[in-house]
Amino acid sequence: MSIIIQNVSKAFGDVDVLKDLSFEVKTGELIALLGPSGSGKTTLLRSIAGLEVIDSGNILFHGDDTKDKTVQERQVGFVFQHYALFKHMTVFENVAFGLRVRDKKSRPSESEIERKVHELLQLVQLDYLGKRYPSQLSGGQRQRIALARALAIEPQLLLLDEPFGALDAKVRKELRKWLRRLHDELHITSVFVTHDVEEALEVADRIVIMNEGRIEQIGTPEEVYHHCANAFVYQFIGNVNLFHGRVEDKVAHFGNVSVSLPETSEQETKDTVFYVRPHDLDIHHSAPDSTAFKAKIDHVHLAGPVVRVDLTSEWGDPVHVEITQDYYLSMTFQKGMDVFVSPKDGRLFMQDYSI
Amino acid sequence: MKRHAAITEPRWIRYLLIGISILFLISFLITPLILIFVKAFEGGIGLYLKAFVEPEALAAMRLTALVVCIAVPLNTIFGLCASWAITKFEFRGKGFLLTLIDLPFTVSPVISGLIFVLLFSDKSWLGGIFYNLGIQIIFSTPGIVMVTTFVTFPFVARELIPLMQSQGIEEEEAALTLGATGWQTFWRVSLPNIKWGLMYGIILCTARAVGEFGAVSVVSGHIRGLTNTMPLHIEILYNEYNFTAAFAVSSLMVFGALVTLLIKHYIEWRMKGEKRL
Amino acid sequence: MRKKVRRKTILPGFGLTLGITVTYLGLVVLIPLSMLFIKTAGMGFQPFIEIVTSPRSVSAYWLSFYTAAISALINAVFGFLVAWVMVRYSFFGKKVLNALIDIPFALPTAVAGIALTAAYSGQGWIGHLLGKIGITAVFNPIGIIIALTFIGMPFVIRTIEPVLEDMEKEMEEAASSLGASRIQTWIRVILPTVLPAWITGTTLSFARSLGEYGSVVFISGNMPFKTEIAPLLIMTQLEQYNYEGATAIACIMLLASFSLLLLINSLQAWSKVRGRG
Repeated sequence: MSIIIQNVSKAFGDVDVLKDLSFEVKTGELIALLGPSGSGKTTLLRSIAGLEVIDSGNILFHGDDTKDKTVQERQVGFVFQHYALFKHMTVFENVAFGLRVRDKKSRPSESEIERKVHELLQLVQLDYLGKRYPSQLSGGQRQRIALARALAIEPQLLLLDEPFGALDAKVRKELRKWLRRLHDELHITSVFVTHDVEEALEVADRIVIMNEGRIEQIGTPEEVYHHCANAFVYQFIGNVNLFHGRVEDKVAHFGNVSVSLPETSEQETKDTVFYVRPHDLDIHHSAPDSTAFKAKIDHVHLAGPVVRVDLTSEWGDPVHVEITQDYYLSMTFQKGMDVFVSPKDGRLFMQDYSI
Repeated sequence: MKRHAAITEPRWIRYLLIGISILFLISFLITPLILIFVKAFEGGIGLYLKAFVEPEALAAMRLTALVVCIAVPLNTIFGLCASWAITKFEFRGKGFLLTLIDLPFTVSPVISGLIFVLLFSDKSWLGGIFYNLGIQIIFSTPGIVMVTTFVTFPFVARELIPLMQSQGIEEEEAALTLGATGWQTFWRVSLPNIKWGLMYGIILCTARAVGEFGAVSVVSGHIRGLTNTMPLHIEILYNEYNFTAAFAVSSLMVFGALVTLLIKHYIEWRMKGEKRL
Repeated sequence: MRKKVRRKTILPGFGLTLGITVTYLGLVVLIPLSMLFIKTAGMGFQPFIEIVTSPRSVSAYWLSFYTAAISALINAVFGFLVAWVMVRYSFFGKKVLNALIDIPFALPTAVAGIALTAAYSGQGWIGHLLGKIGITAVFNPIGIIIALTFIGMPFVIRTIEPVLEDMEKEMEEAASSLGASRIQTWIRVILPTVLPAWITGTTLSFARSLGEYGSVVFISGNMPFKTEIAPLLIMTQLEQYNYEGATAIACIMLLASFSLLLLINSLQAWSKVRGRG
């Protein structure tokens, strides 16, 4: 089922949570709503499910407006952040709930319900837990039962609110791989909310990046990672070094470093910020070119797959650099040493005065 | 062991405190309770049992049962409605509503009776209407039912509101996304989640409804065999110096109170167990 | 300005449940209670003042006030002690004793009244002992205090107990590791933590005692100017069909209760803030 979000807005009291949002989810897609907390992503998800009433705009399922459809009529599978399993029911009864509450005409027979529930429990690989109560399960198991329960109503749309938020790091990684595989098997149009960039990049077909009730960028993981639409996305997607400077006559000035920008259209003098990821910076003993600047090594973190070096630039800003173990060992950098840092890549964003 | 000893009181102080506490509880709580049974059986088991087969005693029990059967279900339905509205939704004046619900707790039992006498006395507007219809409210069963309902009004709501507040609305939302109707959500999800709290409230409400004395005393008119509930029956027996019978009926009520506490502790134990899971 | 401040929830039943709640609250509580004020307003200022300031009324308020205050203080002291002993120490029979503390909540007040009278009268088990040291409890303000102590007992204990249970032993351990003596720990750590709950419990106990009727009438003897508490005076007025007198005194009592309710609410808000720290 495809979803079209058209100019959706919503406010809680005086706070605008969703500001004129529009985008489309294609049939069979797995979409991540990514953003910091308070960005409105959960509210948007709940609005799609019908758990929140939007103030204006339209949400179309398959081209049909959902305005007059109640939660029950929307038949959306929703997995809650804290699972919301029914505490007083066994796992089996939890999964069977959506079938048992149907009206008499469409309610499947008891044997049909049993068959279906076992099928779903097998799908989430927890068939042996049917008689347990939610309180007897681990976090990861609860999460999968919540998913099985949502799938029981054969939804054409699956919505997941921070599906792995409450799990520890290891279970989280396993489960998101599993979710991706499950989606590839079932092909249900799915939208999940997350604040974890890595999770969104790994699992989703496309990512909708939200901030303060607005959409900052929509794109595939590759697109948002390599072609950040704006400074917010660049900063949100990964670690970053910021260099504040000025653009004058097509030349950018950062401290003592000047970079010519032949393709810029800016005519007047403007403040600018240069964004560089730590792994896009190199450290040298002598200046390799004119873009290099002097810095002093404050600290070297050796634990981990890459070596993280903290430095202070000659004009006093902190700089973080990631280099490979091999490179580090070949260059014999030491704490307190004066070195040169040069960017391999980076993005320049003009300071936005509208903020 | 040493570490433990460092943060408690010396042994003699502990024993002294325990001793004083027990003495306090014995003189104010335990002795009166035991005395009721002692006095009840003073005249032998025959006289004890006779107190219960008196027609007036039986009538009092019947009236008390009737009052409980009306007041408790009414307040239970109210309690469920009030806690649903208050805990599942946000609206203005919620705090004020909560205070109003607590009001009957702060009103003296005698005043609770008095306001119903004022409301339905034949001089009042409403009392006049009922008088003309030939329906007696005060000094009659309807009056007793009404004051008991007033006095026990907050019990169920009071138990349910904090409980439902702590549970939130996520499970209800989950039920709705799975296609359940409002009623199905209430019966299959909300109610099972609050069943122990609900029972707790009903137990407290019932205990108070059975035992209410002051308020009922004001509106009953003390008509023997007609408008006497069990506590009023005890008062009459006592004032007539029929001590054995008074204590015999009292012993039954003490027994009821002990059963109430037993159920209460069972429920508390179950609730604690469920919270731990 | 936005029109809807209320956050819309998709859960059903808001209108229905709030409607039932408000209607029922109005019928059972607000309309009857308002009668008291309507009646008071109708009687004129001069007669009202005359009734409420008559020597008999004033002596009844004063008696109600000081017996309730003394019993609340007794409960404050012994309630704290009992709660401490129940939470911190272990001894034989503790569980049963702890369960019995709720008896005053579950026992009909009339039964409590005759049981206490039996125990504290001149021939009673405890009254006999008190007589030897020259104390007459029954038909005396002391008897009233005893009855009110019984009635108000669970309030202090049950309000303090959870606070003591929640109070981490680690906090005390931290205090002693920082060099505080046991007495310093008591004064600087334990008491300030328990204080809000302690005051709340004592106030609750006082509020309950102020309006109490059933347990007092048997033990007090009901002599005007000597052992006639305010609720009893209301009752006497009613029995003489002096509705105006009863209403005026009730009005004063009710205002006192409402002020106490306000005080309790703000106290509870205070202890919540304290608890968060």
